[in-house]
Amino acid sequence: MRVLAPILALVSAACAAIVIAQAAPAAEKPDPAADAKAFRNYFVTKFPGVKLEDFVNGPYSMNEDMRKQWREKEEFPPYDFALDAGREMFATPFRNGRTYADCFENGGIGVRQNFPYFDVKQGEVVTLELALNRCREANGEAPLSYVKDDMAALTAYMAFTSRGKPFDIRIPDDPRALAAYENGKRYFYTRRGQLNFSCAGCHVQSPGQRLRAEILAPALGILNAMPIYRSEWAGMGTISRRFITCNSQTRAVPEQAQSEDYRDLEYFLSYVSNGLPISGPGARP
Amino acid sequence: MASTIRVRAIANGDLTEVQALIQHPMDSGFVKDAQGQVIPAHFIQQLTFEHNGKIVFTADWGPAVAKDPYVKFGFKGAAKGDELKISWVDNKGGSDSTTAKIQ
Amino acid sequence: MTRAAMMRIALIATLVVAAAPSARAASESDFNAAYAAAEAAEKEAGSLRNQWITTEAALSAAKKAAAKGDFDAATASARDAEALAKASIFQATSEKDRWKDAEIH
Repeated sequence: MRVLAPILALVSAACAAIVIAQAAPAAEKPDPAADAKAFRNYFVTKFPGVKLEDFVNGPYSMNEDMRKQWREKEEFPPYDFALDAGREMFATPFRNGRTYADCFENGGIGVRQNFPYFDVKQGEVVTLELALNRCREANGEAPLSYVKDDMAALTAYMAFTSRGKPFDIRIPDDPRALAAYENGKRYFYTRRGQLNFSCAGCHVQSPGQRLRAEILAPALGILNAMPIYRSEWAGMGTISRRFITCNSQTRAVPEQAQSEDYRDLEYFLSYVSNGLPISGPGARP
Repeated sequence: MASTIRVRAIANGDLTEVQALIQHPMDSGFVKDAQGQVIPAHFIQQLTFEHNGKIVFTADWGPAVAKDPYVKFGFKGAAKGDELKISWVDNKGGSDSTTAKIQ
Repeated sequence: MTRAAMMRIALIATLVVAAAPSARAASESDFNAAYAAAEAAEKEAGSLRNQWITTEAALSAAKKAAAKGDFDAATASARDAEALAKASIFQATSEKDRWKDAEIH
């Protein structure tokens, strides 16, 4: 690719000379791989004492006292009940006799790290939560709420079967996939809500610092522990729930769960955490 | 239905360390639901751990204890293989109990 | 001070007060106009997928006050809502390019 680049540049320059030039600042083609490398470098440089895999532990990788409390909690984690419920739900057949296993590769075991993926046929990002509800609907069952316990239990179980596996998000060489990735990236860095916060404002500029009483998690690996039992919620929460509540906390009107923006955001955040291990389900303050 | 009590008891020489996670809403009676109605108080009032017929730990709880409470304590005088009985009673008369072997 | 001088001062004071923009009560049509403007702005913010919770709160407060017949409060809330909606539109349009400044490279 490096050798071809100058040749391609010459060819395209020649073409541009013939064709009427496009708008002056030519939109560069997104380079997710370069983005991911820079993203990782930023956090590793900012926190030289934190091992790469440890970033998935969010605030616990940022604060020693919290880490100690978390380690104790993990001996008997609060998400245990949701995990068991999810295991049972996953194994229970639908009314038509089929199961969730029929909708997924490898029977849905050890596949969480592949979500979200870009569905080239439908031209959209498919997250795990979306895939689960599509599975239900394809088998005559009503979809689950994206923000309530049942969906959290299912995704908790599926995350558990993938514990330790590194995120392996693919972006096919398809302009729609790249556009979705870019949209997710745009969403992440865009300020919103009356409080004028962007995701980056907290999770890139201020990880390890406090926002009121909470220690902010780094954006690198931030989805690896999902779904989480959040003490603040006294219960489990899915990725959908967290995106929605995060929006309201900045006083922005949230979008619908699994909206295009939210799925694209999940796509971006998961991709830049490629290589970091799935640690879900997790517990957070 | 599965027990609401998850327990792990590990004997370390003379000291046995016990951890328990109990599934219970622990509603304080001060919280309102989305319609503005108070969610009635529903919490564990007493939690008991027994070994060899003797109570080794009692917790008298109230509305200040949060949902799905976790308890950890140590006691002496037990050995690996002994049985530990755990039971709780709540303010609505609900209860549950289980036994676990000390590992 | 003579009585005449006091009377003159009083007369001038009254005229000055009368000439000042009077805080007259807002009418229902004032409210309707303000609310329509606020709603339109909020709708535009919606098309940019950038509405604020506080705008929605101001709009519903305006509606509630109007329902009670308090058009002063209703119009004030509606004007607040319009300002908030416009601020959210400004945020969306400026962030369209500004987000790139925050990007990690």
